[in-house]
Amino acid sequence: MTLEVLYFASLRERVGTPRETVETQAATVRALMAELSARSAGHAAAFADPASLRCAVDQQLANLDAPLDGVRELAFFPPMTGG
Amino acid sequence: MSAHVQSAPFDPAAQLRDFGRGAGAIVTFTGIVRDEGGTLSALEIEHYPGMTERLLAEYGERAANRFGLSDWHILHRHGTIAVGEPIMMVATAARHRRAAFEGADYLMDWLKSRAPFWKREIRRDGSVAWVAARDGDEDDLARWQDA
Repeated sequence: MTLEVLYFASLRERVGTPRETVETQAATVRALMAELSARSAGHAAAFADPASLRCAVDQQLANLDAPLDGVRELAFFPPMTGG
Repeated sequence: MSAHVQSAPFDPAAQLRDFGRGAGAIVTFTGIVRDEGGTLSALEIEHYPGMTERLLAEYGERAANRFGLSDWHILHRHGTIAVGEPIMMVATAARHRRAAFEGADYLMDWLKSRAPFWKREIRRDGSVAWVAARDGDEDDLARWQDA
């Protein structure tokens, strides 16, 4: 399947791009993170500490074990700091 | 009832014209960029376009249902915001004060930890640093038990 993967804030800086199109068979967000980590040193650094990561699946906050079946847009970012 | 995300500065008082007509109580909160002891020059705020707007409206509705608000207004800026300028505001209107206070408190706790915004400090010495989330923000949100 083909996914749009978005990165925000410090994650965007580490990976070096705000978005990329990814072709994958990964079943969950966590499985995809392992695949993405192999793409570059920046990706590896971005995904090094999963506990400090948040993600959204098709713009809904989700946990890292969320399934990717049918998902079109996945976003990774650090904990939010609004307000 | 409205949620807005914008880069332009805003005047909190002007936002309240026509807000909460007929309510017995209106509570407003405005967040302003602190100078952090003279070290900060501005904040830069990034957000997730599309998701942010939808979530703000969703939580406004959730607060309205939970606290019986007759009106609510959420405005959050993104982009570069100078020291002393408003970053965001929340206003709630209800028949009585308790609902208005609690609705605004709830929306603020939620905005701090669940709305997809990220702050970066632009310091006077030229350095730049992402603001880390506070553990206390999660504790604040847990008070409402529906995070």
